[in-house]
Amino acid sequence: MSYTPKKIEELIDGTIDPDTLHTMLSAPKDQDRFVKYLDILQARVPWDDPILLPYGPHLYCVQKADTKQWVIRCGCGHDFCDQADNWKLHAVINVRDTPEELAELYPELMAPTSTWQVFREYFCPSCATLHDVEAPTPWYPVIKDFEPDIATFYRDWLHRAVPERA
Amino acid sequence: MKDDVKAGEGIVRGGESLQAHRHRVLESTRTTGHYAGLRYCELRERDPIHYNKLFSRLRAGVVDARETAKKIAASPIVEQEGELCFTLYNAAGDCVLTSTGIIIHVGTMGAAIKYMIENGWEENPGVEPGDIFCNNDCLTGNVHPCDIHTIVPIFWDGKLIGWVGGVTHVIDTGAVGPGSMTTGQVQRFGDGYQITCRKIGENDQLYRDWLHESQRMVRTTRFWMLDERTRIAGCHMIRDLVEELIEEEGIEAYWHFAYEAIEHGRLGLRNRLKAMTIPGKYRQVGFVDVPYDHPDVRVPSDFAEVDSIMHTPSEIEIRGDGSWRLDFEGSSRWGWHTYNAHQVSFTSGIWVMMTQTVIPTELINDGAAYGTEFRLPKGTWMNPDDRRVAFAYAWHFLVSSWTALWRGLSRAYFGRGFLEEVNAGNANTSNWLQGGGFNQYDEIHAVNSFESAAEGVGASAVKDGIDHAAAIWNPEGDMGDMEIWELAEPLIYLGRNVKTNSGGYGKYRGGCGFESLRMVWNAKDWTMFFMGNGHMVSDWGLMGGYPSAAGYRFAAHETDLKARIADGAPLPMGGDTDPDNPELEDRIAATAEVKRDKQAITTEEMFADYDLYLNYLRGGPGFGDPIERDPEAAVADINGGYVLPRFAERVYGVVVREAADGLFAVDKAATDARRAEIRKERLAKARPTREWMQTERERILNKEGAGDHVKQMFASSFRLGPRFHREFMAFWELPESWTLTEDELDRPSYGTHHAMDITELPDVHPVQLVEE
Repeated sequence: MSYTPKKIEELIDGTIDPDTLHTMLSAPKDQDRFVKYLDILQARVPWDDPILLPYGPHLYCVQKADTKQWVIRCGCGHDFCDQADNWKLHAVINVRDTPEELAELYPELMAPTSTWQVFREYFCPSCATLHDVEAPTPWYPVIKDFEPDIATFYRDWLHRAVPERA
Repeated sequence: MKDDVKAGEGIVRGGESLQAHRHRVLESTRTTGHYAGLRYCELRERDPIHYNKLFSRLRAGVVDARETAKKIAASPIVEQEGELCFTLYNAAGDCVLTSTGIIIHVGTMGAAIKYMIENGWEENPGVEPGDIFCNNDCLTGNVHPCDIHTIVPIFWDGKLIGWVGGVTHVIDTGAVGPGSMTTGQVQRFGDGYQITCRKIGENDQLYRDWLHESQRMVRTTRFWMLDERTRIAGCHMIRDLVEELIEEEGIEAYWHFAYEAIEHGRLGLRNRLKAMTIPGKYRQVGFVDVPYDHPDVRVPSDFAEVDSIMHTPSEIEIRGDGSWRLDFEGSSRWGWHTYNAHQVSFTSGIWVMMTQTVIPTELINDGAAYGTEFRLPKGTWMNPDDRRVAFAYAWHFLVSSWTALWRGLSRAYFGRGFLEEVNAGNANTSNWLQGGGFNQYDEIHAVNSFESAAEGVGASAVKDGIDHAAAIWNPEGDMGDMEIWELAEPLIYLGRNVKTNSGGYGKYRGGCGFESLRMVWNAKDWTMFFMGNGHMVSDWGLMGGYPSAAGYRFAAHETDLKARIADGAPLPMGGDTDPDNPELEDRIAATAEVKRDKQAITTEEMFADYDLYLNYLRGGPGFGDPIERDPEAAVADINGGYVLPRFAERVYGVVVREAADGLFAVDKAATDARRAEIRKERLAKARPTREWMQTERERILNKEGAGDHVKQMFASSFRLGPRFHREFMAFWELPESWTLTEDELDRPSYGTHHAMDITELPDVHPVQLVEE
């Protein structure tokens, strides 16, 4: 099973036809997807450093071409931090922890109660893209939600050379 | 699995006892890493067509049994919603194949069989051809008492070769309050009639004492008895099928199949993980509110009347070899309410979710469980260390804790480009409209409206979540027909509408839930209550998407609707579209007693004819930054009643104008400008995360900014999860002198220091299936 790069692009853009989408869901996974996906995303970002792994619609693990450091980068080009760190600690945050701030998002009765739950919105400090919303109790540590083992993924699962890392 | 053990006079094919057989399966699995030691699956590898023929025939048979049984059921929960499932087990009690439906019970019925095996049922009361067993005991692994298991052994040539189990969700189990998932009790002793793997019949006939006892232990006797016949019929259909198949294909082939299929399932999971995910660690957390410090929560024990939060952090570790481990350290303690869960129901239910993503195949069996390591610390809400705990609505937090796992898996899918698999989460599957009294047929009755089988689905990375469509626990459920619910409940529909603004915002929004406005009609001595999340949303949104909306309640008494109907005056019809500007109250008496607040869990409340009850079914979470939503999609949301215009502008940055036909259209230029402004406003309001952390740290140091319900949650998680405690202290850079315990809080903490587990009862050997 394999799909054309055009179909993968349509998938990324949310314009894919329902029949192909259904096939993608129900058939065994196409193992060349990652390579095609990466190529498409790479062509769309405004920098040349290779994307190693997409973290979100505008968030990537990237290898800096000059230093070979792996970093977490926004689609706009802003580097948050080293890949090993938690990018959220290097973002800017808006915390909604009052009834008024939560009622900006929902009718008052449909909003969480701020003494039980708060919203933390993490933005890129450069382009203000909203990359993540946490909804924990007060006092909750910032969650480091994703620690991919990129080396094992490339070497053992994709059978590709592991990109150099400074 | 070899059957050449002839020693002994056990009932299992080959001569082993049930216990010796199960122990041999476990030991050979442990030492070889392959289920039952099956390094080589002879039937599947030597004759794959024969293997697949057996598979297809048996799978079709169990599905057929479910569909047939469903049609002969009386209870609308079974007949309308498909709340039933049939599963085939091998002699060791491991699932070989299952039907569609509420497949969490693959594990729970298996746990009941294993309990019988490990506790000597073979000797006493004995296991014979034609026996019928019944179980719904939550301390053996059942989800909650309303899920009733019927279990029938299968024999061939005088020896046991397997088991078949059937389960239905019954409408009432005789708990303190009416309904199947009630809130009024805080201990097992009010949780409803519980039966522990009891032999209830022989020679395919039910015992008379069982019939007489069981029918008077529940409120809805007719449904109870007919549901039992449904389960027995399905089990016997499957037993007949297995016997026919063996007649034609031979016992050797069947025996091989019954073990090889499980190894096949184990390998299948591993291959799928490698094909779809990324090795590494994924962390997430789920919460749900338990607001019991409220006058409308009337429970028997003072010490239970406290607000609390259920908490489950989770870490998924996917290893390079495709194995994985799910660790729930840091989860909070069990509590004095009905939302606790057994380790088996917690882990089995996760498979219901996984069958909708990692293993969406027909090959659903215990192979996946053998391929997964679970760690659930003892004493937590999903692995309680006290036999008094209640479980009636375990789903309150099961659903909310699992939804977090979607986010972890979805990060893997997104990273690999399998965007079609991404799901931001699943709705908190509530409200549950429950209650009882005398119904329109002048019978003692109880209701649990399973409209909640249709909630908003989480958004994916390629499209919006489906509206009012599904519940995580029953992939085949739906909202049911209003006409059927009106036959089953003395409650007339005054509206059934999309619940506006209930889906989480995002580039792709979560599916919206819906709301039904019900008027009590022809009921006597009637009560109802609410059951759902209110102060907290239990899903989070993904990659910039927002959580869905939280819950609330609306009920009205002394409404004057009788007079309004007689006078032909306007009635409250439709939904509660904008709770900030409520309109339902405009069409009932100004003197009506209205309950409109965030108290989304209550206990039995008296309702009379013409009273109103709003059943609000929740939405799903969103995906991606909302200001990237296609403006035309946002306008379609407004015109379709999925979002209120003021929130479309505020959250999506979409500026609209109203046309003469009353529909809204996008103002493209104004939208572009508004979105640019939103970006500026975001940066103006936000501050560096580390700067915010300093102020939050100060609050924690001074123990400010969190109520006792939040502090109790952390204190119980610290006590049961040393690693969670260490990580909390390290993250906030707290000095060792900073401590937080439940004892220092000005509230009762019964259960913190004194607990007694079922293991301490005489001659009881619970089956432990997870690392604790």
